[in-house]
Amino acid sequence: MAEIVQRACAGTMESSDVYVEIEPGREGIQLHLESVVRQQFGEAIRETVRAVLAELGVENANVSVRDRGALDCVIRARVETAVRRGRGNN
Amino acid sequence: MRRSLLFLPGNTPNMLINGSCLGADAVIFDLEDAVSPAEKDAARILVRNTMTYMDFRGCERVVRINGIDTPYWKEDLDEVLPCRPDLILLPKTSSAADIQEADTYITETEKRLGLAAGAVGLVALIETALGVENAFAIASASPRVAALFLGAEDLTADLRCKRTKEGREIEYARTRLVTAARAAGVDVYDTPFTDVNDDEGIETDAALAKALGFTGKASISPRHVETINRVFSPSQAEIDYAYEVMETIRLAKEQGKGAVALRGKMIDAPIVERARQTIAMAQEMGLGREDA
Repeated sequence: MAEIVQRACAGTMESSDVYVEIEPGREGIQLHLESVVRQQFGEAIRETVRAVLAELGVENANVSVRDRGALDCVIRARVETAVRRGRGNN
Repeated sequence: MRRSLLFLPGNTPNMLINGSCLGADAVIFDLEDAVSPAEKDAARILVRNTMTYMDFRGCERVVRINGIDTPYWKEDLDEVLPCRPDLILLPKTSSAADIQEADTYITETEKRLGLAAGAVGLVALIETALGVENAFAIASASPRVAALFLGAEDLTADLRCKRTKEGREIEYARTRLVTAARAAGVDVYDTPFTDVNDDEGIETDAALAKALGFTGKASISPRHVETINRVFSPSQAEIDYAYEVMETIRLAKEQGKGAVALRGKMIDAPIVERARQTIAMAQEMGLGREDA
């Protein structure tokens, strides 16, 4: 299991990017999503974020995602970067 | 075929995801100058994911890692080598020892990750006065070296001269690199032309590089790619002439003739070799003849 020990962020608010903030949490994954394409892709984005967190062994964290139309591989990269930074071993 | 090599900033998704659609023969994912120190970690993950998930068929993938004098270059390689990039561009290469250090680590990493040994090529970015003087030693330092690459911005800073559009200050470096690369049997790429809005300037600069013997030219702007591709491609007249040369040689052999002329000019070995190169490139571009 990977523990988030500090607040960390990754990404930007530029077009095709996504800004991810992660904080230590105690009650599973609490995910807040803002997206320019939330209506069409909100659920897919949530799934991607949760999948990456699971792959990296993160079970407890508060995650805020502000999406600017990022592709799946970009979302994955930014979540992974935020997690690595939040683990404090980057 | 690498006529054009387009730099893409490694931490800018908007550029990376469109990289394969911009017409360049190769894209260079830049983890070095285009990325601030605080974002090196983010850029290498983003570049890794872009290479993993995006389709770059028909477009070679080059990664410019950070220099071996920085704390970043090994992590860069750890992250991107599993994606099997075509080439690694090594900045500030100044000696054969620099190549050997990078080569050793790449070889170790290939073993550790179970990758094919020697599959990824190294391109030496020559951008110091010492690198120019050591160009042949660098080009022949390892079988992994696929090309030399001139970086004129840093070089002119090192030479303590002004970088101009005309490029008189890099004449020596250009000819030295072409000669060293050809002597070592590797390719050689010219520095980018940095005025994005000067269409005439890029045309002149690319034509000069082609005339000097460069294999291709780098670009920092998608706007320059089409011009570079055109300048570094053989014209239809050149392709037709190359086929004519090969046909003349074939007929001469059939008829048992030794010396042979075409359009009043002796066809000798260098002309045949050039014709072969032109036809090989035409075939890569889909302009070759099936019957030849």
